[in-house]
Amino acid sequence: MSTLAHVLEASGLVTIALGSVKGQLESTAPPRGLFCDFPLGRPLGKPGDAEFQHRVLAHAFAMLERTEPGIEAFPDVISDQSDVLSCPMPPRAESDDHPAVVEARALRPAYDRTIARHGERMGAFRLMGPDEVPAAIATFAAVADGAAWREAGIPGIPARVVQDIRGYYEAAAVSLAEHTPSAFEATRWFQHETEAGRAILGAKQQMQAQGAKPGLWQYLTTGAAAD
Amino acid sequence: MSEPKPSSDRVKEFMDGLEPAIFENTAFTTPKPLAESTVAILTSAALHHPEQPGFEPRDTSFRKLDPKRTDYRLGHWSQDVDQVGFGVDYNVVFPIDRLNELAADGTIGAVSDVHLAYAGNQFELQGIRLDSGPEGAKVLLDAGVDVVLLTPV
Repeated sequence: MSTLAHVLEASGLVTIALGSVKGQLESTAPPRGLFCDFPLGRPLGKPGDAEFQHRVLAHAFAMLERTEPGIEAFPDVISDQSDVLSCPMPPRAESDDHPAVVEARALRPAYDRTIARHGERMGAFRLMGPDEVPAAIATFAAVADGAAWREAGIPGIPARVVQDIRGYYEAAAVSLAEHTPSAFEATRWFQHETEAGRAILGAKQQMQAQGAKPGLWQYLTTGAAAD
Repeated sequence: MSEPKPSSDRVKEFMDGLEPAIFENTAFTTPKPLAESTVAILTSAALHHPEQPGFEPRDTSFRKLDPKRTDYRLGHWSQDVDQVGFGVDYNVVFPIDRLNELAADGTIGAVSDVHLAYAGNQFELQGIRLDSGPEGAKVLLDAGVDVVLLTPV
């Protein structure tokens, strides 16, 4: 991000770069950098809070008064409290399919409600749509149960497939929860509290045991939710 | 014994340890008054409209975002980015509604008709520094932009 600030400023534009990683902002030294100690993915701090977002912008634009490059810090800090979302799961149909597959099907109405309300800004759209998510989960469940990962039919680079599965679950969680989840709160729920999350974690361990290259399994989960 | 740190803070600590791009000289453009300035957003969240191609890993190109639409998709590949905040309020990454409010009350001169999205978490920056960065700057200058707010994820 700061690289682009340097390039744009050198072209004659005036830039203000927000940044959530203090050391990076300081070491890359953009012309005007505002350190906002907020969780990754929320550079304006609080979704749904226009007043807070305006405070961030007011500080950013006030930096145009500077007469030389520099870094400033927004005074408010939003800490990640490592919360794990608690939300009621919808009833699941009787089925002989893997529990993670049955779970994913049951979440579809909640997913659809979120998309209808907020648009498809998050969810399953990178490699697959929501219709394909249960079948994709089945491939990870098979690997977790001991299938060879190369032969399990994972429909793409595993980490990319997981992005769509995670997006599907987190979108569903938005409708199931009674509040807007804090940063990574729904991620931790997905990774630790759902059948799909457990299947993916199991597949990750199996891929590692089967000798897959680290780049293929280590990004199946996020460090923000810890295995 | 100290309390264990929240896990996403550990990710930020890891990112703090990455080798930064070093610019020996920091360019500095003197701004004109904000109330006379046209403002654009440039985000590294890999946002794109549905009909635009998504971002591949190591993709250093950019997408133009239409401020009159709200069908922005979060295409960032990192697993270490919260997606839910953007999912319920795109302004937490792409504060276009806030800029429109600032234009309406005269705080800023105007909101640009074009905004840009790149993909963050790049480890090889020469392509951005030498090619797509200057190309993006030209797009913004041609659109009459004066001030660019850069938002990461």
